[in-house]
Amino acid sequence: MSVKSIFKPFRFVFAMTLFSATATHAQTEMDAIMMNKHQFCSGFDYMHSSWDRYWEGTLKRTNENLGTVTTQGVMFMPNYGITSNLNVMASASYVWTEASAGTLKGMKGLQDLSVFVKWRPVAKSFGANKLSLFVLGGYSAPLSNYVVDFLPLSIGLGTKNLIGRGMVDFLHKRINVTASAAYVRRSNVTLDRDTYYDTELHQTNEVKMPDAAQYQLRAGYRGKYLLAEALLNNWTTLGGFDITRNNMPFPSNRMNATSVGVQLKYTLKSNTHLSLIGGGSTTIAGRNVGQATAFNAGVFYAFYFKK
Amino acid sequence: MKKIFSLSILVAGAGLLVLSCSKAITEHTADAAALNPANIDLNAGVWKPVLLSSPTDVAVPAPIAATTPDYIAQINEIKTWQADLTTDEKDLVKYWSAGAVLRWNEIMRELVAKHNVPPAQNADGTYPAPNANNPLAYPTFPFANPPYAARAYAYVAAAQYDALVSAWYYKKLYNRPAPYKVDAALAVLVPKSELPSYPSEDAVVEGASVEMLKLLFPGDQDFIQQKAEEHRRARLIAGANVRSDLEAGEALGRAVAQKFVTRARGDRAGTAGGSQVLWTQLETDCIARGETPWISQESPKRPPMLPVFGKVKGFLVDSLACIALRPAAPPSASSTKMKNETEEIYQLVKNPTREQIRIVHFWADGVGTATPPGHWNAIAADDFITKNWSEVRWARNMALLNMALMDAAIVCWETKFYYFNPRPSQLNPAIKTLTGLPNFPSYISGHSTFSGAAAAFLGHVVPERASQYQAMANEASVSRMYGGIHYRSDCEQGLVVGKNVGQFAINRAQADGAE
Repeated sequence: MSVKSIFKPFRFVFAMTLFSATATHAQTEMDAIMMNKHQFCSGFDYMHSSWDRYWEGTLKRTNENLGTVTTQGVMFMPNYGITSNLNVMASASYVWTEASAGTLKGMKGLQDLSVFVKWRPVAKSFGANKLSLFVLGGYSAPLSNYVVDFLPLSIGLGTKNLIGRGMVDFLHKRINVTASAAYVRRSNVTLDRDTYYDTELHQTNEVKMPDAAQYQLRAGYRGKYLLAEALLNNWTTLGGFDITRNNMPFPSNRMNATSVGVQLKYTLKSNTHLSLIGGGSTTIAGRNVGQATAFNAGVFYAFYFKK
Repeated sequence: MKKIFSLSILVAGAGLLVLSCSKAITEHTADAAALNPANIDLNAGVWKPVLLSSPTDVAVPAPIAATTPDYIAQINEIKTWQADLTTDEKDLVKYWSAGAVLRWNEIMRELVAKHNVPPAQNADGTYPAPNANNPLAYPTFPFANPPYAARAYAYVAAAQYDALVSAWYYKKLYNRPAPYKVDAALAVLVPKSELPSYPSEDAVVEGASVEMLKLLFPGDQDFIQQKAEEHRRARLIAGANVRSDLEAGEALGRAVAQKFVTRARGDRAGTAGGSQVLWTQLETDCIARGETPWISQESPKRPPMLPVFGKVKGFLVDSLACIALRPAAPPSASSTKMKNETEEIYQLVKNPTREQIRIVHFWADGVGTATPPGHWNAIAADDFITKNWSEVRWARNMALLNMALMDAAIVCWETKFYYFNPRPSQLNPAIKTLTGLPNFPSYISGHSTFSGAAAAFLGHVVPERASQYQAMANEASVSRMYGGIHYRSDCEQGLVVGKNVGQFAINRAQADGAE
């Protein structure tokens, strides 16, 4: 009964802002990079995120009974180019959490599986400029029956999601600007208990989860071997409620977060099958989330089935 | 291109499918059927009250005759409502028809859950205490922790019960028929009953609840008064009561509850929080006995929860019986037995199974919940719904259950602060917990004591479910070991003490005239 805490919208803010923008061979649902036809690429990305301050509603605070909350994970990401304008990609994560103070035990387990179809219906060049439009659709669901009602140490929120995203990419020589917006339709989740209070008492184990929107603006250098981009991310929960003073966080809280970060990808000149990725981000504004600072690093390998 | 086209159709189709999926949730008492008692318990006016010396302690004047213009006007008031009912009004009737005791019990659980949040610390590391005289200022009053909640449920339920016993006495005495018996043309939206309608049992429960809740949840009057207004209106709209049935019932309920308010002001709960002097004394006394004292593992250290709650005046268990119920001392912190018990908990929490975590969380009933007593109220309500009991029998069984739970809290807290022994994670900091660590001594487990008491009493009034109640109590008890916050001896002794407290409620049940 002692630890008050808070969650951060782990699954998507985390998975999207940190695991995204990985590599040319490991495009994500948020970048404007496409793989070529019959190209297959996969790899692992390790991520580390931690915070010692969080927003309890709009009140920023620390919690000596949590100390620093750290989430780590490894994500496996396969991608395949059906055509150079139509890619499919998936990801699956193993995640573990811990708190540096207090008595609460961290959790660990397989988190979510996501599958995306990425389609580039429009790509027009104007001299040194190129404009592309993308449409993406995806689905994600938990890979295990992990505990969602133990925030901030739960490894995810447990929703099944349907994600639709539109994206515009502008390239001038090697400088790109990419903007995208996504709507995340989230399923209800079930708890291990059969009653809960959000802003009123509910006699059910089922929690109505508000949908969410996600926005991203990214810009940088897109070279043959090096990609370097700065990112501005926003996750906005379309509904939900604030954590009341000193209360526990809850899956259907109104979790909002804005973060800035960088992502780098480098393809080895000596072996263009192999690329290394890395990046970092920090949260600059939030509500009912931890003020997370995160970094990630990974390695990807590309296969060319047909030339 | 064709492939792309069909793919995008597929994606869009899947999207529409998910978007069209409803997120609507049906909560499990939302559609509870209207209460239609198999037995109206017409003679419940002679049942033994808790606090009243007689059902006539509060006078209820004789009702006006059904032939008077005033009464006919009251019938017409109902007809006017019924001529133009909105969906919301029909929903109100449906909601309240499930039972007055049931719905006010749910409202209580909602208030407890809302207020079951420990205050945040001050900037200097001390903790503020909620102030009943200024309930809306932070920290809002009350902090509805388990002992506070157990006492609140008991007072509300006992006040409802005594007021209903009195109401039944007057119902039989005055024998005023329900409005739909007087005027056969009147539509009635709830099951008809042979029970005399004056004073209204619904308004009795509403009046008693509102009056008790002014004391227990003084900052939530807007919410409570709205529920009360809706409750009275639902009965009127339904054609179940005329206005004078409701007014007499509400007045009776309030007057009876006043007697419980007076008792509550003198039951020593107001001083249960203790003081710095006392908190230090508990520690030094424990050291003087050669034992390891409990230490708060919150940061900054929080004073223990209601250390003098063991001195609160129980309804069933008096102070001497309370001491007699206290179990023998726990194993010494330095003993081999305690080392083994600590190791057992360490092993349990090291690699918990998913099922163990489910059990921990199902029974955790921690911050932001209706507490373990509230959980047992929910379990009881679910089964009582199937019984088709009269309101007075509902109230009697809820009162006995909640008096047992309150007294279980008293005996448990008396024991906890008598021995003042440490939690497993104090003796072995490597023990990480799967639920919040309660901020008070370990021996005996509150969940086990509550559950033992509830299971014993519920097994008496719903005997066909006795073995399930015991299985639930055992699971609630062991959940505290799985959670890493209690030793085996805390849980086993808690169940025994709880069962013994539950026997007090059974003894009373066998002598109150209702069986």
